[in-house]
Amino acid sequence: MQRLTSKLKGNKLAQIILLVLYVLVTSLSLYLAQASVTAFLLLLVSLLLLYYTELPDRLKWVIAGVVLVGVIPFVASTGPSYQSYMEVATVVGIYVAMALGLNIVVGLAGLLDLGFVAFFAIGAYTYGIFATAQAANFMPFGVFPLSGDSFWIFILIGCFVAALFGVLLGIPVLRVKGDYLAIVTLGFGEIIRIVFNNLDKPVNITNGAMGLASVKPPEIFGFQFVYPNQFYFIVLAILLFVILAVRRFEFSKIGRSWKAVRENEIAAQSMGIHLVRTKLLAFAIGASFSGMMGVVFAAKQTFVDPTSFTLLESITILVMVILGGMGSVPGVILGAAVITILNLQVLTEVTNYLNQLSLNGVISFPEALSPAKMQRFIFGAILIIFAIYRPQGLIPAKNPVFDEESLKEGSENHRKKQIKVESDKGFQA
Amino acid sequence: MSILTVSNIKKQFGGLVAVNSVDMTVEKGSITAVIGPNGAGKTTFFNLITGVYQPDEGNVQLGSSSLVGLKPHEISRLGIARTFQNIRLFSNITVLENVMVGLHKQLKAGIVGTLFQTKKVREEELRAQEEAYHWLEYVGLAQHLNEEAQNLSYGAQRRLEIARALASKPRLLLLDEPAAGMNPRETRELTEFIHRMRDDLNVTIVLIEHDMKLVMEISEHIIVLDHGEKIAEGKPAEIRNNVKVIEAYLGKSAVTPA
Repeated sequence: MQRLTSKLKGNKLAQIILLVLYVLVTSLSLYLAQASVTAFLLLLVSLLLLYYTELPDRLKWVIAGVVLVGVIPFVASTGPSYQSYMEVATVVGIYVAMALGLNIVVGLAGLLDLGFVAFFAIGAYTYGIFATAQAANFMPFGVFPLSGDSFWIFILIGCFVAALFGVLLGIPVLRVKGDYLAIVTLGFGEIIRIVFNNLDKPVNITNGAMGLASVKPPEIFGFQFVYPNQFYFIVLAILLFVILAVRRFEFSKIGRSWKAVRENEIAAQSMGIHLVRTKLLAFAIGASFSGMMGVVFAAKQTFVDPTSFTLLESITILVMVILGGMGSVPGVILGAAVITILNLQVLTEVTNYLNQLSLNGVISFPEALSPAKMQRFIFGAILIIFAIYRPQGLIPAKNPVFDEESLKEGSENHRKKQIKVESDKGFQA
Repeated sequence: MSILTVSNIKKQFGGLVAVNSVDMTVEKGSITAVIGPNGAGKTTFFNLITGVYQPDEGNVQLGSSSLVGLKPHEISRLGIARTFQNIRLFSNITVLENVMVGLHKQLKAGIVGTLFQTKKVREEELRAQEEAYHWLEYVGLAQHLNEEAQNLSYGAQRRLEIARALASKPRLLLLDEPAAGMNPRETRELTEFIHRMRDDLNVTIVLIEHDMKLVMEISEHIIVLDHGEKIAEGKPAEIRNNVKVIEAYLGKSAVTPA
């Protein structure tokens, strides 16, 4: 095995061939052996393999694009479980975007936020209220529900409203640090949910615990997005934007300020970094990703109610970030995918399988240990194992590597410039 | 011409008067040392200048602008940079990035520019990397640029803190025990380095230090604090023979032989 990996290292052609073979085999088996969850999962793993190849970044993006846009929807489309696979893939996309948002707050800026799902809720309700007849209850003008065409604008509106709430919540919350911050954000997350739950009187804005039903599906040029395989592409597009944005922020002045604040607040301040502004920016940008996905979630479910936005959701997103590797974009993507797939696919499959066995009388479980109840237990056990063996996360965060040679050259120019400025001064004097 | 004027400054923590009515004037381009026994209030004094603490009374003036009531980042923007007694680096990011944070107040990149990676933002980022590298060369850490700051040796970490401070192009540089934990050779190098820094960069330096050899060799003006009060001030030779200073360091019996 070791010899094999050492042979593969540096041999890009072999890597490509192996990867293509892998994708071919898994997609063929998915294509032929319909409704095979294993094949579907193995096909998804090809993206992880792609990450570990030594191909140039641009090529990796192209291959990932081909697999995500072309291969996966196509080979899954023949089986009877097509929609359920696409549903899983869509939900994975939604969670990945949210986890990336939380990663900015927790991983980069070091602010432990236990109420992150609040921004998801805000995004969902922003679209939910206006895309149902609900808005007619309190809006003095306009005809509601708005048509599905408005969905595209609402992605942006959801983004901005969530960012706005990120700042509004951030101002009072950021006065405290560390453990206290975690508790206060937890409180705010619950407050938002409870407010949505009770805002049906005196003016009925959210329809309270009843929720908002039959949210208008997105529509473009008369084409309606109803099925998961259609939402899949919307989510993919937003996700692409989110990943691009996160990467750009991470390795910029803004990202460095976040890391500086995370590492040492006092030193960051004494270097001229505006503490409050930097933290608020992290809150706002993190929240905005969540808000966008909230809008998509509302449209996809066609139903919004407060029970979708409980503390457990916040914790799950946080677990994705920690499991994947705090501050690491590929890690967080993997973490979100692993946890969502575990919850939606693997653990349910395992439970079904065990149920089947006990129904057939192969094994019998005592009532207290029924597979359905054990699902959470297995999930917890997996998390503990990861925490013990990969405390830094699945893919730990990496620092950028700067090219010394080119910097040396640049620094030379810099010195010349400096000397020139000084000699100019001398001339004037 | 004086660059920093501290007048009648006072800070109290509960019943403890940490700094009591201290005056200080720092001449432009000079090297000034603040010395005193442990717990004399030297670091508190620095924290009052840099805005980490707000003074209860008195005034701090940099050039013509008062620093009282300003936040640390605002004071940094006016041209004061500092290092810390207990090193405060950004431990988990690279050495080069540490210095780049020092350059941040000169960078203009905003959210939109970053998101679209405009030419201006990319250029600016590249220039910042080069300039940060230049400062690493200046303090002799260039070969460590891609290492995590926490993996540097103790002396290198101290130099990195200085590089980070220099990158912010300060008019006034405050060094809090720069030689702490260094061996004699490192201290000698540091002494030369501080001199060179002042001459090359035209920066005014105020330092807190316990190493008397370094203090006497380097400083043009010394201020002695004890129990939060200024007990002496003057040239190194004057301080060396000052009765009050000897008393503060060695006790009364050292001055009046029994």
